[in-house]
Amino acid sequence: MKKNTKSFFQGGLGQLTIPLIAIALLVLFNLIRDPGFFEIGITHNNDGNIVLAGNLISIINGASELAILAMGMTLVTAACGGQDISVGAAAAIAGSTFVKILKSAPEINGGIVVLAFLCACIVAMLFGAFNGTLVAVFKIQPMIATLILYTCGRSIAYWINGGATPTISSPIISALGSFIPGIPVPTPVLIVVCVTILFKLLFHFTSLEIFTQSVGINQSAARLNGINATFIKLLSFIILGVCVAIAGSIGVSRLGLINHETLLIDVEMDTILAVAIGGNSLGGGKFKISGSIIGAYVIQMLTTTLYAMKVSSTDVKAYKAIVIVLLVVIGSPVIKAKFGKLMEKVRGRMQESAAKGA
Amino acid sequence: MKRLKALVLAGVLAVSLVLSACGGNSGSGNSGSGNEGKGGNSTIKVGVVNNPPSESGYREANVKDMEAVFSAANGYELKTFYNIKNDEQLQAAQGFITEGVDYLLISAAETTGWDDVLKKAKEAGIKVYLFDRMIDVDESLYEAAVVSDMAKEGETAVQWLLDQNLSEYKVIHIQGAMGSDAQIGRTGALDAQFASGKMKKVVQQTASWDEAEAKKIVESVINSGEDFNVIYAENDGMAKGAVAALDDAGITHGVNGKVIVMGFDCNKWALRELKAGAWNYDGQCSPFQAQIISDLIKGNKTASSKKIINEEKGFDAKTITDDDINTYGLGE
Amino acid sequence: MQDNTLLQMRHIEKRFPGVLALNGVDFTLRKGEIHALMGENGAGKSTLIKVLTGVYQMDGGQITLDGKSITIHSPQDAQSQGISTVYQEITLCPNLTVAENMFIGREDGAWVRHKLYEKRADEILAKLGIPARSSQQLGDCSLAVQQMVAIARAVDQKCKVLILDEPTSSLDDKEVKMLFDLMRNLKSQGVGIIFVTHFLEQVYEVSDRITVLRNGELVGEYLTEQLPQVELVAKMIGKELDELSSLKEAPEGEEEEKEVFYEAKNLSSSDAMPFNFSIRKGEVNGFTGLLGSGRSECVRAIFGADKVTGGSTFIKGKQISVTRPIDAMKSGIGYLAEDRKRDGIIAELSVRENIILALQVMNGFFKPISRSESEAFADEYIKVLNIKTASKETPVGSLSGGNQQKVILARWLLTHPDYLILDEPTRGIDVGTKLEIQKLVLKLAEDGVSVTFISSEVEEMLRTCSRLIVMRDRHVVGELKGQDLNQEQVMKTIAGGEAQG
Repeated sequence: MKKNTKSFFQGGLGQLTIPLIAIALLVLFNLIRDPGFFEIGITHNNDGNIVLAGNLISIINGASELAILAMGMTLVTAACGGQDISVGAAAAIAGSTFVKILKSAPEINGGIVVLAFLCACIVAMLFGAFNGTLVAVFKIQPMIATLILYTCGRSIAYWINGGATPTISSPIISALGSFIPGIPVPTPVLIVVCVTILFKLLFHFTSLEIFTQSVGINQSAARLNGINATFIKLLSFIILGVCVAIAGSIGVSRLGLINHETLLIDVEMDTILAVAIGGNSLGGGKFKISGSIIGAYVIQMLTTTLYAMKVSSTDVKAYKAIVIVLLVVIGSPVIKAKFGKLMEKVRGRMQESAAKGA
Repeated sequence: MKRLKALVLAGVLAVSLVLSACGGNSGSGNSGSGNEGKGGNSTIKVGVVNNPPSESGYREANVKDMEAVFSAANGYELKTFYNIKNDEQLQAAQGFITEGVDYLLISAAETTGWDDVLKKAKEAGIKVYLFDRMIDVDESLYEAAVVSDMAKEGETAVQWLLDQNLSEYKVIHIQGAMGSDAQIGRTGALDAQFASGKMKKVVQQTASWDEAEAKKIVESVINSGEDFNVIYAENDGMAKGAVAALDDAGITHGVNGKVIVMGFDCNKWALRELKAGAWNYDGQCSPFQAQIISDLIKGNKTASSKKIINEEKGFDAKTITDDDINTYGLGE
Repeated sequence: MQDNTLLQMRHIEKRFPGVLALNGVDFTLRKGEIHALMGENGAGKSTLIKVLTGVYQMDGGQITLDGKSITIHSPQDAQSQGISTVYQEITLCPNLTVAENMFIGREDGAWVRHKLYEKRADEILAKLGIPARSSQQLGDCSLAVQQMVAIARAVDQKCKVLILDEPTSSLDDKEVKMLFDLMRNLKSQGVGIIFVTHFLEQVYEVSDRITVLRNGELVGEYLTEQLPQVELVAKMIGKELDELSSLKEAPEGEEEEKEVFYEAKNLSSSDAMPFNFSIRKGEVNGFTGLLGSGRSECVRAIFGADKVTGGSTFIKGKQISVTRPIDAMKSGIGYLAEDRKRDGIIAELSVRENIILALQVMNGFFKPISRSESEAFADEYIKVLNIKTASKETPVGSLSGGNQQKVILARWLLTHPDYLILDEPTRGIDVGTKLEIQKLVLKLAEDGVSVTFISSEVEEMLRTCSRLIVMRDRHVVGELKGQDLNQEQVMKTIAGGEAQG
């Protein structure tokens, strides 16, 4: 731990510095504005469970889908040097599939929910593979390749449920989307924790991390070292597909309703921003999943703060844009280099004066 | 192996393109048997130009209603064209005129550009009815327009709310996509109440029809500790999102609840919530214009004016019946 | 002679940090002359060209053009003074027409009306005998014609000196002939042409005079017809025969008995002509030949780096199929690529990650090397190869070239290959490290590893290899071993003529 903090400061601006500073500033701002902003309350919900409530819970809960998508997007970004802009549309497809299976069952029980989720996963992975093939095999730019699904994805989602906005009401679904009886933490938050652990395990038990980074940094060299770059890129899209299925299913479970037009609408841009705010290069290469997760919470905290200030939600986008431009510019290589030099100078001065003092 | 891969890919591409095409354009060019002689029998030929059912639950019900009323059983031969683009609609209308339909029914994607087509229809002796949406043309070019009055829909809902005689009104107002007809109509009447001071605006935010966003908006109010007793959501989905936030916070709602919940559109599932007492009111902009037009065509009724305002419905949780749900509910 | 001189560069000096790239070089170009500029890699050819075209500013010397002393500040400046360059890579826009390409971006072309310049372009093309129409899309033309259009564009800008930098490297024989015809045509119009190439035969076919550079110094200027090919090669490579001290101990003889480890029969790839090759266990052999002679392409074919198009390969007599690098790696072959930056290092990853990369790939996707294990590997090889790095977590891109090369060597050594291919492992690194790498190669061979070594420096190859495969113009033209392994013989074979004596 000590070693970590040391390298953190030595590096001047480590990858996580900016997202962490952003969070700290937002927290500080809110505490000054309203000291009780982050208070966590305990209440009974309408199902009679004891649950946690408050802005902090709202932020962490609300950012769940975004955080999960950002994790997958980080991989795609790292491997392909581009982004998948079809995640929102693909989530609508996955969510629609989830509901379709649940609807066609005579009765919703645990088994059916698992089956429905698996089907959503398979469908989302297939669409991920479709995107991935366009990118990895046909060498189409990721944004262009995924534009196809971005454009027609919600139409496909519409077609799955015949255009209706079907609802599902089941205690299992509401447990998935809000609270499991007896657990005061919102289930989506728990799912994010699980997905994070899954990613950690994936990196621990496979060589995905180093292979992905190698492909993203220098594909030619990676190939000459025997790495199958096509496979790695394809895999990143398929993993993102799983994330999409999870996010879509959470989105559906929250309200027990699928609206193919609005489910996770505009989430692709927020996802890409989360990756960028997390200090990951959108040009691919080295990455930190944790950065993207923090990025997701930064975005949600910003939104929640603005809502709490009763900023009109049409204006929220503008404010968000300003903050994000600031964050991304501060994180840009140019500013980083300048800041790094400044830090060096300061350090040099300090050493000088220390030497003089001695 | 490689070739096989490429084949599969091409297949996937093709299928997805077809799917997307289906989504945008289902039922286009879906016409009757077509070749029957003109006047040789008593069937009335009707060409319908409408927006695609995928546009919304409203449109889906609207399309279904049209297809049900103008059926062969009722003595009609129906030709339909559904597209969201004005240009394509214009072309289709032209096509219907050339084919020689007796009546042309139009719900236009845009209000402009229809002059020429309607004039041609008039020259060809084809009678035109507008439904759902008005067009910027001279009144003489169409027989009648059966339309909804969105403002009236809002007024009906707000009047219902006033009739509840609450001691105070503290309203969370969740708006639809700003600038849409439905949003403007449903917001207007409530804004008037806020302005007069009769009702207090706790928060007025747009969730752009997004259920999840509606939930976040209500959550934010709950977290702030501010008191409220009415949620006025401009469609059913957003009302559902708002209710989810109430449920999480343990705030009662609906009949005998602390918070009155109001929604719009009258989806069947929403009406069921209403009947279960979880919500209080659901308003509707009626998608059912076909019967009125059919009555006019067959001469069962005559139009008192060119513009016929379709009656808007509003349902109260205390009085709604299963019959209402089956008759007026949208979707399944 | 004085009248005839078009361009004179005198005592040109150019310094880079730590290197004297050009040391008092003289170069003279006459009107209506095709002048070949020759020299091995790093001899200073391209530096001289870049000084002449204003890419670099010279540190000393003088340039006169048409008898007037000039200074050249930028490539645009060079062009406006009548010095044009056509590079190996075509720098025109393939999606524009021939005429547009000839006039776009030119000060004198900007305001010419469309019709007008199509007409003018056609005139120029006809005059130079270039088989293209002005309205044609450039991308539809063959590479040779594209190159010729680039030349036409240069010529039309009243160019006096035309520099052709490796213009033939991607052309076939017929196209080369077309290009040469054009060059002769221009020559007859009084243009002075500087021709940079690696193809010896082409030099003799088209050039009038040859200037040879070596290590940033002028070796001499010769009339082409008076300089035999063998002598040219000797002048390019340098004849410091006596300096050669053999590192090898007892090379010949015994190695013949060892079993053949790898063999390729009629192996060909998208870039390599069919060739035969074999290497014994513990043998060090090499491919030699000038740059572009096809030596790298051969080893890339062995490793499966390029698309293999034919032939068969054997390990210890057993046939194997190598279509991708991973196949070769699994058969115990390692390959250190020629271009370190492009094909070697993963710049932003740490030294540690770069070292374990190949082993990790061989272990497979589901068997990651643990952190502690990888740290141990990194520590070990940083020590063994004496890699100078701040720490094992330093991004490899921030290391010096020699140390980057050692990291990649470490990467392959860690896979414990039976057969290691080193393509230019010593290029651009300091003498000390060079020697270390040579010693390492010999030590590996002692331990039974087969090594194929490629270097542009013949001495280095002679020091390490017991057998040399000589290539010229993409064909194997000879194999040298035993007594024949000396610089003179190598040069003779590279140059062609009385080779396998």
